[in-house]
Amino acid sequence: MNLLRFYGDHAREAFGLLGQHLYLVGASTLLAILIGLPLGVLLTRRPAWRGPVLGLANVFQTIPSLALFGFLIPLPFLGGIGARTAIVALVVYALLPIVRNTYVGINGVDPAVREAGRGMGMTDRQLLTMVEIPLGLGVIFAGVRVATVVGVGTATIAAAIGAGGLGVYIFRGVSTVDDTLILAGALPAALLALIADGLLGLVERRFAHR
Amino acid sequence: MTPVLEVRGLGYRLPGRGKRDTGNALVRDVTFTVGAGETLVLLGRSGSGKTTTLKLINRLLEPTSGEVRLQGEATATLEPYRLRRRIGYVIQEIGLFPHFTVAQNVGLVPRLEGWPPARIAARVRELLALVGLDPAEFGPRYPRALSGGQRQRVGVARALAADPALLLLDEPFGALDPITRVELQREFRALEGRLGKGMVFVTHDVREGLLLGTKLGLMHEGRLTFLGTAEEFRRSNDPQVKQFMEAA
Repeated sequence: MNLLRFYGDHAREAFGLLGQHLYLVGASTLLAILIGLPLGVLLTRRPAWRGPVLGLANVFQTIPSLALFGFLIPLPFLGGIGARTAIVALVVYALLPIVRNTYVGINGVDPAVREAGRGMGMTDRQLLTMVEIPLGLGVIFAGVRVATVVGVGTATIAAAIGAGGLGVYIFRGVSTVDDTLILAGALPAALLALIADGLLGLVERRFAHR
Repeated sequence: MTPVLEVRGLGYRLPGRGKRDTGNALVRDVTFTVGAGETLVLLGRSGSGKTTTLKLINRLLEPTSGEVRLQGEATATLEPYRLRRRIGYVIQEIGLFPHFTVAQNVGLVPRLEGWPPARIAARVRELLALVGLDPAEFGPRYPRALSGGQRQRVGVARALAADPALLLLDEPFGALDPITRVELQREFRALEGRLGKGMVFVTHDVREGLLLGTKLGLMHEGRLTFLGTAEEFRRSNDPQVKQFMEAA
């Protein structure tokens, strides 16, 4: 009840934070796809790079998010206080699932199908765009889904470095010991993650038609 | 007349790892020709180099020695993907594209070659009818809705799509049940005469080889140890050939 009254009184602010949150997640996931998809494809063409690249992405993934934000702040160009730094960190987190799933999805295509394609005279590009990516799309999209859901969660912490988003309410609530304020941030963030997971799951199933 | 396929001194050696290790030769000094309307059946045990020989012809593997000519043209001088569009290729696992319909599968090479859609559609209908599948019924289906025999028929139709002069078949009927296999062998035999193409057909089934081959070759440890007609094969004193005949 308190929560509803709070939203009633602060509708503008709450929608603003929700918008910032969506922006952080959307922009970072989109960037991660733009970088991760070609990178994953590259790994299927240069298997020797797979170990180092996935290893590095894994190391980034392991750094606690608050620590990563901390590391980024002093960096020139990428760092500082604000949304840009948060997006850089979120992209770093989103890369691993997208790169890995792109690699796995394409590599998982039936070798006989690949051999038939090559044997019939498909160029490498044709094989990729007509066969490998369409058949790997279900797995690739699963990576995008994981990246998005993780992004929604991590973006709440971005408030700590002044990037805005629903985390603002959570941090403010924790520092003032105000349960309503904490819930005002935590509840929509959790719902957002569930909705993103559900919707992207639907898209994923649409593509997985093997 | 220039033969469809000339293979001379063909060899393939896996790259070695150092001075002592010069690599393993999978195919050694293989020579044969295949004319229009001829089917060369390559027999041999697993690992004797039959499949490798096929892949050297369409350059899925690059020969390390020797020469292959397709209709008089050295294959080494062609772009591999251009070469492959002139050669039909059928493999045991078939490798139909699961996200394409039967019609799209069969029409793939013509599509890659930029044929107009109407011409592709007509060609697909013609080919499906040729391999005994009703175009209206099977064209719009996806491969998962086909039996093993039907899939292999589609595989053969797909290989014929752009009217290649040469067909390479790697145990095309190997994964089928015995009844379907015999049925397809019989139809394939009728088709061979009508098509007038050069064919190289790999199998380890001697009976299949004797039925379908105008020439038989036997591969052993990477070499072509016998090459002759079915009659010569039956009467040969070559110990490897005898072993195969006894196994049949």
